[in-house]
Amino acid sequence: MLRYILKRAISLIISLCLASIIIFAVVEIAPGDPASFMLGINAQEDTVAALRAELGLDQDKLSRYFTWVSGMIQGDFGTSYTYRSPVAEMIRERIWVSLPLALYALLISTLIAFPAGIYAATQRGKSGDLAVMGATQFGIAIPNFWFAMILVVIFALKLRWFSAGGFLGWENGIFQSIKSLTLPAIALALPQASILSRVMRSALIETLSEDYIRTARAKGFGKRAVIWRHALRNALIPVLTIIGLQFSFLMAGAIIIEQVFFLPGLGRLVFQAITQRDLIVVESVVMLLVFAVITVNFIVDVTYAITDPRLRRRV
Amino acid sequence: MFQPKKIFTAATFAVFASAGVSLSAQSDITVAMQLEPPHLDPTSAAAGAIDSVLYSNVFEGLTRFASDGSIIAGLAESWDISSDGTVYTFKLRSGVKFHDGTSMDANDVKFSLDRARAEDSTNAQKALFSGITDVAVVNDTTVKVSLDKPNGSFLFNMAWGDAVIVAPESIEGIKNKPVGTGAFTFQNWVQGDRIELSRNPDYWGNQPALEKATFKFISDPTAAFAAVMAQDVDVFTGFPAPENLPQFEADPRFQVLEGSTEGETILSTNNKMPPLDNVKVRKAIAHAIDRQAIIDGAMFGYGTPIGTHFAPHNPDYVDLTGNSNYDPELSKKLLAEAGLSEGFKTTLKLPPPSYARRGGEIIASQLRAVGIETEISNLEWAQWLEQVFRGKDYGLTIVSHTEPMDIGIYARPDYYFQYDNPEFQSLMTELTGTTDPAERSSMLKKAQRIISDDYVNGYLFELAFTTVANAKVRGLWKNAPTQATDLTGVSWAD
Repeated sequence: MLRYILKRAISLIISLCLASIIIFAVVEIAPGDPASFMLGINAQEDTVAALRAELGLDQDKLSRYFTWVSGMIQGDFGTSYTYRSPVAEMIRERIWVSLPLALYALLISTLIAFPAGIYAATQRGKSGDLAVMGATQFGIAIPNFWFAMILVVIFALKLRWFSAGGFLGWENGIFQSIKSLTLPAIALALPQASILSRVMRSALIETLSEDYIRTARAKGFGKRAVIWRHALRNALIPVLTIIGLQFSFLMAGAIIIEQVFFLPGLGRLVFQAITQRDLIVVESVVMLLVFAVITVNFIVDVTYAITDPRLRRRV
Repeated sequence: MFQPKKIFTAATFAVFASAGVSLSAQSDITVAMQLEPPHLDPTSAAAGAIDSVLYSNVFEGLTRFASDGSIIAGLAESWDISSDGTVYTFKLRSGVKFHDGTSMDANDVKFSLDRARAEDSTNAQKALFSGITDVAVVNDTTVKVSLDKPNGSFLFNMAWGDAVIVAPESIEGIKNKPVGTGAFTFQNWVQGDRIELSRNPDYWGNQPALEKATFKFISDPTAAFAAVMAQDVDVFTGFPAPENLPQFEADPRFQVLEGSTEGETILSTNNKMPPLDNVKVRKAIAHAIDRQAIIDGAMFGYGTPIGTHFAPHNPDYVDLTGNSNYDPELSKKLLAEAGLSEGFKTTLKLPPPSYARRGGEIIASQLRAVGIETEISNLEWAQWLEQVFRGKDYGLTIVSHTEPMDIGIYARPDYYFQYDNPEFQSLMTELTGTTDPAERSSMLKKAQRIISDDYVNGYLFELAFTTVANAKVRGLWKNAPTQATDLTGVSWAD
């Protein structure tokens, strides 16, 4: 067991190292210089050179890479080229928007997907199943930014229940904050809920055809009791895996939704940083997301191994 | 006797009266704009967004732009110019305090100007200060600036946001906590969302009507439309979706202000790249362009046609649009004369703004009609700066030059359109040394003619400045003589 964890830990570290090299290389290769972006089209060459020196961009790439990595290990993500404030601080501020938004969307998605998936599985082939399947097809096909705009038109412009966007911050009231995250969370959750309902449905259908379910039915349990006591628990494994994947997607993938609702989240930070060639911010945020995904996977792997001994031997 | 009606009326009146009181007392405003400042130091970045929030509100210079673009006194209440035009003696206002309580005096002026022109300066408009040879403190309220030669635009230069007066005491943190002398003090910046300002009770000038101002940053045009419609914001300056403006104009809740900017939108041409190095070819391009079609198609009618690199609202402007009127037949003839009767192919590299992306498609089809094929590529700003602006690797591009009075860029042969005309260059040198207004005016007119006759670039239109605001907001700048959202004169109507 310990050997297994050690092996997984080593592969985790190797993955992180590779990721850092790839991220750094890709971002640095992209054309565009942060200093000339900052100074615009009237700047003199010597001014650009002075700013490059001030930002440390005149050092060679290799030493910049090592400064960046060694800084990150100590929790120092560097200083943003454009904002001139510590990247770690910027991430900390933005994460208070992005993380709750992702969790909120995940909650909505799960609350829709579980009943819908279970219902469709029990109604397999009947009209109820077809209705759910049709609706999820629709939910996957609709681009979420379009859906977001429709939500704004209906709930912000016509009904005036919500504001069209923006986020004032948690210190200005929890209810207000949750309210301003509601439309974005719904927009994000719709496609996720559709995918999750389909996974829930097929996982449950598969489990329902297992021998032990038949045994349980033969022992005289009602259909409902079998689903709740036996099938659902076993069907949950693929569903939880998908939820895990969705969470990392929601954390990283809310860029467009954050634009539509002008939320000060991580996605918008990365988007702005890319256009401004604020390389250090792009590198650090992407690295952080990679770190989060890889670590979550590591934890999942280890948990699987603890619960299922067969997985341990395979590695 | 019981009189329900009377009570009802009284109650209604009370409600209305209290509502009326709170309305007339509205003293906060939310102003939205598309771009967020990268940081808050106007003296070390080109980003117009910094000035859009801070110019005149938080920071002030020796002189300043008024809403009509004229130069008026700022922190300097008056000045004397020596007879040879090389020494400016500024008399500063007394009793002016920075927001941190320290006083603003001649030493701060010296510090600011010396910092901007220093060797390691990161001022994006360092050229504004290049003629300064010395800044001397005479006494607390008098400062003497010496120039190497007379400079007719020196007072104009000092009005730029890049020339505002900062203090050595607060320079360290200026990028995140700006400390100026203006009518509003900086309160808070939630990066990615908003900047908050509040009234400066110790302001040297008239107290502004507003107590609080919040700037919000909404980059997406659709989100901008929704935010204004839902009245989440009171004002949107530089509204990014001209196609929605008629809808706001028809809605009594809003007012739409259409004003002018200093943004000459041009089809920049690489004057060193064959066949564009041939003036006949450039003339052919100029006559192939139908400006009004571009203004209507790309800008939904907002914009003023120009025939040279000069702002039409400037008194010295010469209308030279006739010099390059829409005449595709003439274009074909000129191309044939240049030995290109079969046409030719070049690149058209477009930066992100919609004037460029939408305008580019229209120009490409207009050029195709006379036989010029363009290969369009869409670039991000950072790519554009690298490839087009610095690398000069392009045939044509579309960009709006938003700096005020920037015709001088045509005197820089290494500038990205690579126009090298000694006659124009000596005219500009002469202009800088001239202080007589009449002489300057005739020189500026001559300069406009030279670049128009040389067809250096395709001159398209002057960018319009459109602001959508709550119908009750008064005192907003209609025009944008510099990038600014001056709130000192803004108030709410009752």
